[in-house]
Amino acid sequence: MSNTILRVEKLKKSFELSNGFFEKKKTIQAVSDVSFEIQKGETFSLVGESGCGKSTTGRLISRLLEPTEGSIWIDGMEVSNKKESQLKQMRQSVQMIFQDPYASLNPRMKVKEIIAEPLTIHTNLSTSERQKKVLEILEVVGLSEYHSERYAHEFSGGQRQRIGIARALIMKPQLIIADEPVSALDVSIQSQILNLLKDLQREYGISYLFISHDLSVVEHISDNIGVMYLGAIVESGPKDTVFANPQHPYTKALLSSVPVANPRLRKEKIILKGDIPSPKNPPSGCTFHTRCPFAMDICKKEKPKRQQLQEENHFASCHLLDQ
Amino acid sequence: MNSVSIDKNEKTVSMQPKYSPVKEFWKNFRKQKVAFIASVFVLLLILVAILAPYIAPFDPYKPNYDALLEPPSKSHLAGTDEYGRDILSRLIMGTRISLSVSFASVFLGMILGTILGLMSGYFGGWLDRIIMRSSDVLFSFPDLLLAIAIVAILGPGLNNVIIAVTVFGIPSFARLVRGATLEAKENTYVEAAKSMGAPHRRIMYKHIFPETVSSLIIFVTMRIGTAILAASSLSFLGLGASPETPEWGVMLSTGRDYLGTASHVVIVPGIAIFLTVLAFNLIGDGLRDVLDPKTKND
Repeated sequence: MSNTILRVEKLKKSFELSNGFFEKKKTIQAVSDVSFEIQKGETFSLVGESGCGKSTTGRLISRLLEPTEGSIWIDGMEVSNKKESQLKQMRQSVQMIFQDPYASLNPRMKVKEIIAEPLTIHTNLSTSERQKKVLEILEVVGLSEYHSERYAHEFSGGQRQRIGIARALIMKPQLIIADEPVSALDVSIQSQILNLLKDLQREYGISYLFISHDLSVVEHISDNIGVMYLGAIVESGPKDTVFANPQHPYTKALLSSVPVANPRLRKEKIILKGDIPSPKNPPSGCTFHTRCPFAMDICKKEKPKRQQLQEENHFASCHLLDQ
Repeated sequence: MNSVSIDKNEKTVSMQPKYSPVKEFWKNFRKQKVAFIASVFVLLLILVAILAPYIAPFDPYKPNYDALLEPPSKSHLAGTDEYGRDILSRLIMGTRISLSVSFASVFLGMILGTILGLMSGYFGGWLDRIIMRSSDVLFSFPDLLLAIAIVAILGPGLNNVIIAVTVFGIPSFARLVRGATLEAKENTYVEAAKSMGAPHRRIMYKHIFPETVSSLIIFVTMRIGTAILAASSLSFLGLGASPETPEWGVMLSTGRDYLGTASHVVIVPGIAIFLTVLAFNLIGDGLRDVLDPKTKND
């Protein structure tokens, strides 16, 4: 048995756009080249600006969207080419936590029904057995029996996210895809939820695919990170390595934007010009060359290859690394 | 960050009274005075319909040739018709027929229309196109003409009236539910259910259908008024109930020859139809004010 819970290879997703009946169909490359692995019990974070395709990647892995190309292995089984009816196993071992805890819980269902929904779908447990499991899991996420009879809208954001986590947890999944699970919450609540996620990982050995745009959150929770820009991972590696020694100019720019608590500590900030280009019409060569402060001629023409750097598992795609 | 322990949040919601959607609805609906009175009227009608044979003062079918076309009096509160039958008794029996025909056809139309609308909105694609284009075809006929055509094919009779009114209700329900479905399926909790592996049937029934219920309730009440009118019209045209049946439309139809000499024969069933349709429409309006979040004025 290998230790890899999720392997994604050369994942691609394009959406077709048509503006009108007579116009030519355009395609958007939402995800153009994403490859990474997650080991059992570890957290892999995808970071990047909004619109870079990180949420789409999460939805592709959970098969809410059909990948255009590429393959996804979950616990050694390829799922990217399977039909929905063949995904029963995967629907139990992979669960999701969503960004907005206000929208991801059905307002017309009681908390106990929401949390028990995966059990209702996948098992034949009796109502009382389900109830017992729900109460156990409520305890685990820091809620109590008393909450189970209420509707989701009676709770605060943090509590709702705990309900979302309880729902994801009840099948004892191997992988949880957490799509910006704390970005809709107050900062004071964020750390509670992050710590809860960490505690659960320690307890049950769950792996997380953690999608976020917030680098301080990512730093807190990840083992490995992948930095995405315009649908592709430009740099990936162990968290400490990437944070201490970023190699891709985009990673450098992102990291330099994180505020530092010490006002005396002078840091060189890299400020990027302009906006993220439209994925409808991505730039030639290295997609980052339009905003890169170190762009060279070759960047406009050739796509940089992904290369292994000095430290283990640290990869980046940039022409600067060849010099 | 690490030193923060998970706090249990146990007491935060304990002071609120338990939330109940039914209580909330009742509280708001009572404020709608007109609709409230209309629903009392409808409840009375339903009671009359149920108890009809026991409260009718005379046999609604039995002619009395000694009292033809008598105006309202103490013994016949609403007068008698051309065969001397007591109009009040016929009206009371007619309540039962009109209400059951309209309820049956509206509920049948609702069930079929809801299923079609849910599938159409949820699955989209070619299924959606087939269902919506077919209902466009049905929509392109004037309502009553379609019902007349159906009855003409099936032959006259109350059961065929129910079928006709059902069929002409289906596309409206399908379109209404499809719209609500398109909106509801964008909710993140629908995506969450998909990611859990919930089958389509469960998603439609548990997560999407409840979102359409409030619009359905409003539409059903409005539709009952329309159905009463449609069923009466068909009977009036001789396509529905047989001439001796105490159906409101039939009473209008057979009484119209005496409009000049004994107008009560027509006026009484006419008022009954008018008030009943009005009451259902007023209830529908009131329900919309209470249930539809888009028209809330507070």
